[in-house]
Amino acid sequence: MELRTPLGRARGLGSAKTGVGHFWQQRITAIALVPLALWFAVSVIRLSGVDYAVAKAWMAKPLNATMMLLTVSVALWHGVLGVQVVIEDYVLGSVGKWIGLIGTRLLGAFLAVFMAVSVLKVAFGG
Amino acid sequence: MVEFALPANSRVQPGTFHPAPSGATNVKRFKIYRYDPDAEGNPRLDTYEVDLDTCGPMVLDALIKIKNEMDSTLTFRRSCREGICGSCSMNIDGTNTLACLKPIADIPGDVKIYPLPHMPVIKDLVPDLSLPYAQLQSVEPWLQTKSPTPPDSERLQSPEEREALDGLWECILCFCCQTGCPSYWWNGERYLGPAILLQAARWIHDSRDEFTGERLDALEDPFKLYRCHTIMNCTSTCPKGLNPAKAIGSIKEMLLQRRF
Repeated sequence: MELRTPLGRARGLGSAKTGVGHFWQQRITAIALVPLALWFAVSVIRLSGVDYAVAKAWMAKPLNATMMLLTVSVALWHGVLGVQVVIEDYVLGSVGKWIGLIGTRLLGAFLAVFMAVSVLKVAFGG
Repeated sequence: MVEFALPANSRVQPGTFHPAPSGATNVKRFKIYRYDPDAEGNPRLDTYEVDLDTCGPMVLDALIKIKNEMDSTLTFRRSCREGICGSCSMNIDGTNTLACLKPIADIPGDVKIYPLPHMPVIKDLVPDLSLPYAQLQSVEPWLQTKSPTPPDSERLQSPEEREALDGLWECILCFCCQTGCPSYWWNGERYLGPAILLQAARWIHDSRDEFTGERLDALEDPFKLYRCHTIMNCTSTCPKGLNPAKAIGSIKEMLLQRRF
């Protein structure tokens, strides 16, 4: 039984005084992904069918390596922000929510490092 | 997880049939959600055949006719019958709107009427709106100032400053938008919802109010404000033609403005 007043429920824990940063980062990463995704799509099409040596030489160019690192990092950053929103929207139980929020960040960080290392290995590895 | 299906005791069952009076030629079927908390059992959908030749043009006219002439137990809120009190908001033909402003002629086939969605039902078409009213109270929807009241005049506002409130002051608090918002369905306890945020915007944009910063502070929250994902159900369902999504967007814009 809950006897809390409706106003008590509405006021809840008060304002977290945050949220603008998340909102802003979502927009910035979304804007950045427009050219990055276009560049990535065009690059994949142009590289389709080439052998590993040609792809490696392409990746070794500083601009291509930079764009690839930006693409994977910004896409993952945007993805983590988006998944956080989905979890906050739909996962109401506190345990599941915290597992989801922490797991998303850890997985995002792992994938970002893993992809960066992979790109650098192809670009500059032996 | 959020519940996407109704609990077993909330699933709507077929109800009773109330035929049109003999001799009626212009008959329209109204299928109306019924729920009596004092009786055992699930909600049901009762069917009423209404003779439109002896009924007013709006859905509210039909509801009043049903209550007066066919079934006095039917319960719903109504008052002004001209779209200014916001009492008769309900879900008609799949859309939240005001029964007094919804012409029967605009609805093809049977007229299906449910209470505003995703709120606790007190009885039939009457939802419990305690939480949205408390949420309205929580944003302190009244003029707040530090400057003392002018001794011999009202607080002045230019025509341009007054125009900034157009599209905000007209809200009648029917909560069609509030209860049509999926974010409010899933997180109604924490998300203030479009009706309340539009009311907050009404005071944030009021040139006479001196508590803009405090109002923005109170709203800067991942749940209170940022559960709005610009789904736009609020704007498409508002029976007064207002744009709560735009009002919410203006709050987000002001929160950005004060950071850069």
